[in-house]
Amino acid sequence: MNQVAEKVSNSADDTIVSVDGIAKRYEGGVQALKGVNLDIPAGQLTTFLGPSGCGKTTLLKIIAGLLDPTEGEVRIRGQKVTGPGPDRSFVFQDFALMPWATVIRNVAFGLELSGASKEERYEKATKYIAEVGLKGFEDAYPHELSGGMRQRVGLARALAVNADIILMDEPFASVDEQTRRKFQDDLLDLLAIEKKTVIFVTHSIEEAVYVSDQIVLLSRRPGKVANIFTTDLDRSVSPDEVRRQKNYLDSVDEIWAILREYLQEDESAAARKVRG
Amino acid sequence: MALRDLSRQAWMWKILSFVLFFGAWEIAGQIPISLSFPTFVDTFVAFMRMTFDGSFLGAYAQTVQPLLIGVLISSFAGIACGVGMGLWRGFEWCTLVIFIILQAAPVAAIIPLITYLYGIGLTSKVIAVVIMSLPLIVLNSYKGIRHTHPSLLEMSRSFQGSRMQEIMKIILPAASPLIFAGLRLGVGAGFIGVVLAELLITPTGIGDLITYHRSVADYPEMFAAITSIIVLAAVTLTGLLKLEVFVRPENRAR
Ligand SMILES: Nc1ncnc2c1ncn2[C@@H]1O[C@H](COP(=O)(O)OP(=O)(O)OP(=O)(O)O)[C@@H](O)[C@H]1O
Ligand SMILES: [Mg+2]
Repeated sequence: MNQVAEKVSNSADDTIVSVDGIAKRYEGGVQALKGVNLDIPAGQLTTFLGPSGCGKTTLLKIIAGLLDPTEGEVRIRGQKVTGPGPDRSFVFQDFALMPWATVIRNVAFGLELSGASKEERYEKATKYIAEVGLKGFEDAYPHELSGGMRQRVGLARALAVNADIILMDEPFASVDEQTRRKFQDDLLDLLAIEKKTVIFVTHSIEEAVYVSDQIVLLSRRPGKVANIFTTDLDRSVSPDEVRRQKNYLDSVDEIWAILREYLQEDESAAARKVRG
Repeated sequence: MALRDLSRQAWMWKILSFVLFFGAWEIAGQIPISLSFPTFVDTFVAFMRMTFDGSFLGAYAQTVQPLLIGVLISSFAGIACGVGMGLWRGFEWCTLVIFIILQAAPVAAIIPLITYLYGIGLTSKVIAVVIMSLPLIVLNSYKGIRHTHPSLLEMSRSFQGSRMQEIMKIILPAASPLIFAGLRLGVGAGFIGVVLAELLITPTGIGDLITYHRSVADYPEMFAAITSIIVLAAVTLTGLLKLEVFVRPENRAR
C-alpha cells in the first residue's frame, strides 16, 4: 500500500508536463490531434517528431497555452494549463523578433513585459546574450544578423525569463546545415548549465536523435503518440563520434523505418484516390 | 570614414540631379516649348523677388493656417480612427466603408459644394484639407494595424503581455511604417486640398497668387508661386521622414 503511494508520487516528481487526452479540432474542421497522452520528464530534452502536418506545432502551442485544446488538458506539475505562464517560454520557428528593437531589447522583452526595471533586465539580457555567443551584438538590429544569429536571440530571450520549460518549434529549420550542427552542440552545452526541460519540434530524424533524451513519434493526422524512444547516447565524446555510436545509428534507422511506413501508406492512399 | 564618403557621394548625386533638372527646364524655357512657359532663370529671379518683397509671406500667412489645422486634425483623428478600426471589429464594420467611399470619390468635385455649406472662410479651407487627407491616413493606419505579424502577437502573448502592452509595444511600432506612409500621402493630399480650395472657393493665399499672376500673364511669377508650394511640400515630407527614423531607428542603419 505504502509502496504504491510512493511510486505514484515518485513518477509525479519526475513528470513536469502531462498531456492528458488532448484533442484539437480547428475551426475549419481539421482534426489536428486526437487522444494524445504523454508524460514529459523534468530536466530532459524531449522531441516531437512526425510527418508534416501531423500536429506537432499544434501540440506544442497547446502546451504553451497559446492554443486551447478541444478536449483534454495539459498539466504542469499537476496544475492545469489555462494560458501562457511564467514557467514556460517559447522559441519561434520564424524567430519572432521585433525588427525595430536592438538585440538587447529583444532579449530583454519578456522581462520588459513583466515590468522589470531597465537596469535589471539589461543586466540579465547581457548575460544571456553572452551565453548564446552573441557578445558584441547587443546594439545590432535583427536585420543585421544572419538567420542563425537571429535564432540565438530568440533562444536568449526565452532563457532570460528563467522559465523551467523551454518550448522550441523547429528552431533550426531555416538555418544552413553547418550552422545547425553548431547550434545543436551549443544548445546541448547550454542546457547542461541551465538545467531546463526542453520540448523541441523537428522534422529531422538525425537532429531528434542527436539532441534528445526522449523522442515522441507522432502518427499522421489526426496526430497521436505512435511511439516513444529514449535515446541513450554517450555525450562525453566528440559530436562526430556521437554520430557514429551504435545507439545513434540504430535509433535513426528504427525511426526512419516507422516514418517510411507512413509515407508508403500515404502513397498507396493517394494511388487509391487516383484510381477510385 | 567610408560612410561619410558615401553620404557625401549621395549629396553629390542629389545636387547633380537638381542641376540636370533645372538645366532641362532652362532649355525648355529658351526654346520655348510654350509661350506661357518661363525659363528657369526668370522663374528663379521672380522667386527671389517674391520672397523678399513679402508676397510669399502674405500669401503663406493665409495658406499655412488652414493647412496646418487641417493636417493636424487629419493626423490625430485619422491615426486614432485607423488604429481603432484595426483593433476593434465593431468599429471597423461601421466606419471602413465611409473612408473607402471618400477615398474613391472625386473629391475635387465635392470641394465647391463645401462653399454652400460653410461659406468661403477658414472653415471651408480646413474642411477641404481634411477631406483630402483624412481617408489616406485612416486607411493606411488601418492597414498597418492589420498587417502586424501574427507571430509577434503570439510572442507577446507567450510572455504574458497584456492587451495594452501588445498594442503599445508590438502593434503600434509594427504599424508605424504604414502609418507614416499614410501621413506622407495625407500631408501631400492636404497641400492639394488647400490649393484647390484657394483656386476654387476663396481666392486667397498662394492659390490666389497663382491665379492672379496667370490672369495678368506674369508667367515667371506664376511658376515661382507653384514652385514655392512644391518646395514647401517637399520640405515637410522630408521632415516627416526624419520623424519616422526616430520611431523606427533600425531604418537609419539601412
Ligand atoms: N489555424 C489553423 N486553422 C486550421 N487548420 C490548421 C491551423 N493550423 C494548423 N492547421 C492544420 O492542422 C494540422 C496540423 O498542423 P500543425 O501546424 O500542428 O502541423 P505540424 O506537425 O507542425 O506540421 P509541420 O511539420 O508542417 O510544421 C495541419 O493539417 C494544418 O493544416
Ligand atoms: Mg509545425
